[in-house]
Amino acid sequence: MDEIQKVLLEQVADLHEVPAGAYNIRSNGSLAGRNTTANIDIVTKQDEPGIDIIIKPGTKNESVHIPVLLSQSGIKETVYNDFYIGEDCDVTIVAGCGIHNGGKEASEHSGIHRFFVKKNARVRYVEKHYGQGDGMGGRIMNPTTEITLDEGAHMELEMVQIKGIDSTHRKTQAHLAQGASMIVREKLMTHGTQYARSDFEVELNGAGSTADVVSRSVAKEQSKQEFHANIVGNDACSGHTECDAIIMDGASVTALPALTANHVDAALIHEAAIGKIAGEQLIKLMTLGLTREEAEEQIISGFLK
Amino acid sequence: MLELRNVSYEVEGEKGDNKEILRQISYVFDKRFTAITGPNGGGKSTLAKLIAGIIMPTEGVILFNGKDITNMSITDRAKAGISYAFQQPVRFKGITVKDLITLAAGRKLTTAEACVYLSEVGLCARDYISREVNASLSGGECKRIEIAMIMARQTELSVFDEPEAGIDLWSFQNLIQVFERMYEKINGNIIIISHQERILNIADEIVVIAGGQIIQSGSRETILPTLLNTPNAATNCQALDQAIEPKETCTGRQPERSVADNG
Repeated sequence: MDEIQKVLLEQVADLHEVPAGAYNIRSNGSLAGRNTTANIDIVTKQDEPGIDIIIKPGTKNESVHIPVLLSQSGIKETVYNDFYIGEDCDVTIVAGCGIHNGGKEASEHSGIHRFFVKKNARVRYVEKHYGQGDGMGGRIMNPTTEITLDEGAHMELEMVQIKGIDSTHRKTQAHLAQGASMIVREKLMTHGTQYARSDFEVELNGAGSTADVVSRSVAKEQSKQEFHANIVGNDACSGHTECDAIIMDGASVTALPALTANHVDAALIHEAAIGKIAGEQLIKLMTLGLTREEAEEQIISGFLK
Repeated sequence: MLELRNVSYEVEGEKGDNKEILRQISYVFDKRFTAITGPNGGGKSTLAKLIAGIIMPTEGVILFNGKDITNMSITDRAKAGISYAFQQPVRFKGITVKDLITLAAGRKLTTAEACVYLSEVGLCARDYISREVNASLSGGECKRIEIAMIMARQTELSVFDEPEAGIDLWSFQNLIQVFERMYEKINGNIIIISHQERILNIADEIVVIAGGQIIQSGSRETILPTLLNTPNAATNCQALDQAIEPKETCTGRQPERSVADNG
């Protein structure tokens, strides 16, 4: 692994070297390393690019890292990864994609992730996107995440894109059975002329299912963001979606939170707020000796923490 | 040492005319603890903001240790050694108590060091150090954190705008002790805007501002009794007794100047 790839790996997976436990590192379109454990198997798909990650029922406190690194300019790939998480598991999955584009051509990665989470299993899923390189070529990512949560299953998703991705369209769909729950925390920052769109479609199909989808974003310079979320309540359930955005410079943010209730006991709430940094917050930090720019930085990094 | 020379502040009134909020304020804040008091709307908070650099005077000069800071930015004044505790503390999303105290101190603090400042203002450090300074904190809690930040800054001049506002009676008892301790420890000057007799009671000097002007100033011993309308403000009971017999109050020490005199 070269230095550029190591930097990408650190950014998307907080890893300095190959991780402990199960992992699959995909680099410039091919397999760069894999490790399986007694409980976690990783199998290359035969019919299309991608892998199946199979986690045995009852697996606790184990993690899987599946980072994708692109350091050659001009790569375009679509990868299909399926996760089968057995009953009563408690696992962490760290995905993420880092693109270094120093060339003229666009580099594009589209990850299609499907999660099949069995009864009473718990999953923490962390997905980080990061781009760097001073080439003119675009850094593009279009992730799709499809989630099926069986009875009593729980999934927490942490989706982070802070730097360097020129264009992204994220689609997340989820279907929740009885007593299943899902928490989404999206953190997004765009600058330059970047474009980022997030679509969330969550169906609460079982009694007692819950979903909490919260997006916090900062749009700087001339960047554009769109947030679309629809929570559908098909049974006695509760759902909440929130988009909280800081807008700066000449940026543009659209927030379209939507709710659909198809059951009288579906309790659904949506919130959306877009605004610039409050002047009094800046002034407070300036009275502590920070410059306006330093104050902005502190406010933004706190907001996205 | 802070000095104001003929400082005025005007804003545009509703009818397009100029409204004078502060007029020709001249004062040297050279005592360890100066309290500014006076009726609401008199211009006290405006004065605090002028000192912190949040607003600029329309006339006059502000000197800090002999240096003209009239046109200095908020940041530069803060760096020069001026701290300002807001009357309404600001809330942040995602920024923790420790973050703010660290920023205030201007250097990396250990959790233990940050906790010392919280304990000083009567907050159980363990419960608060990692909390976000957001809407989940009560007004009183935010006020204490605001004061802890000023203590962490350890600057030469600290300006507090009504630290007692929004604090319940029980907490207020502790707050007085906080300021009493601060008085013992501080090397520089403290200016507190306050309506509370117990805060005025620990001031070296009291300045009374009304109608945008200083109408009285001097040592606590001189000013406080006149504010309480009694020759001796030893107890509130005496003050009350005097108030019941208004004629008696006329024998008390008179203000050096009054609003009417200046009107």
